[in-house]
Amino acid sequence: MLMEHKEYYLTIADTLLVLGQRLSEWCGHGPAIEEDIALSNVALDYIGQATSLYKEIALKENLGKSEDDYAFLRDAWEYRNALIVEITNGDYAKTIARQFVFSTWYYHFLEALEKSSDTFLQGFAQKSIKEVRYHFQHSRDWILRMGGGTEESHRRLQNAMNELWEFTGELMTNSVHEVDAISKGIGVDNVTLKDTFDRIVSAVFQEANVSVPADVWMQKGGKEGKHSEHLGFILAEMQFLQRAYPNSKW
Amino acid sequence: MVEVEADLIWEYLKMVEDPEIPILNVIEMGIVRDLTWDEGNKKWHVVITPTYSGCPAMKAIEEDIIEVLAELQVKNVVVDTVLSPPWTTDWMTDEAREKLRSTGIAPPEKGSADKGLLMGKVKDIACPRCSSTNTIMVSQFGTTACKALYKCGDCLEPFDYFKCI
Repeated sequence: MLMEHKEYYLTIADTLLVLGQRLSEWCGHGPAIEEDIALSNVALDYIGQATSLYKEIALKENLGKSEDDYAFLRDAWEYRNALIVEITNGDYAKTIARQFVFSTWYYHFLEALEKSSDTFLQGFAQKSIKEVRYHFQHSRDWILRMGGGTEESHRRLQNAMNELWEFTGELMTNSVHEVDAISKGIGVDNVTLKDTFDRIVSAVFQEANVSVPADVWMQKGGKEGKHSEHLGFILAEMQFLQRAYPNSKW
Repeated sequence: MVEVEADLIWEYLKMVEDPEIPILNVIEMGIVRDLTWDEGNKKWHVVITPTYSGCPAMKAIEEDIIEVLAELQVKNVVVDTVLSPPWTTDWMTDEAREKLRSTGIAPPEKGSADKGLLMGKVKDIACPRCSSTNTIMVSQFGTTACKALYKCGDCLEPFDYFKCI
């Protein structure tokens, strides 16, 4: 059965899954055991949230698929995630900087999604926002700590922000699938989140004594399936087992 | 007849432990939301909701429910998972909170997480061992998704705090 707004669901789910996969790379490599656990927990939340969306797609499509089919059996161009989640983790400053800008956007996105006319997405947003509140707080704490820490931590954080900045814009744009969902009262207009995003990011950066990079050329295209070279590598690792040994079970 | 059996099943469900906090059962945790009888398909539907989206225990809980009920001769059980309304620590009974404290886990404060959290405000949490409120948060993320790691400044013991959501 053709599912309405499937691409909209995928945009959210893929963004969460890919970020969850990226964060999982820190498992066993965190700078301290508490951080190792923290990022693994955040990754679990994202993967859990993505799973519930994939399950709902499977239910609505009614083609006998499971959530795993969407995660493991689609190629890069079918993924609808924003580019910011697929770029490499870099050092801990870069990982945390991404967590901070991502959670700032995602928290307000979910707040708006709670008003969606789609009851599943409403429930999804109400559930997820409780978790994202903790993700935001965790990353905000680290921004302050690194910004006000040593010269080295400050330098790394500023560098990370400068490198990341060109990927933040896409979060505050709407892809064709999002425009369609917005017109039906289902989706969130990301453009309207920009003011809040800018306000919160500047306030926290100021407190951390980090400069907000100038709004330069912003990368986009991920949400329409045009990805960087990084996504292929992520999928290769994540999908290997199901591709090499189809239908294998845990 | 169905009502009598439903009452019985609610009792049986108390035998299903939370795999990560076995001192509590799934009823005390507020994970089981509903129980209905589908006359057409002759099936019991047990409706559960996850504490956290990424809670890795959900699959085990689902299997345990089916297994425990089957042992008690309740067959034809289907477990459905719902997200809405979202689980909140406010659903945990006072009895459950006391059990948590007695096992060394600081129970969640009443009143689920508020917006103060966004700006870094942290609530005073009492040490489950010595009741001192001279405690500090070591990490917002502890041994499981639903817990944070704290340390007591008086008895110096580290402890888990069940986070409010």
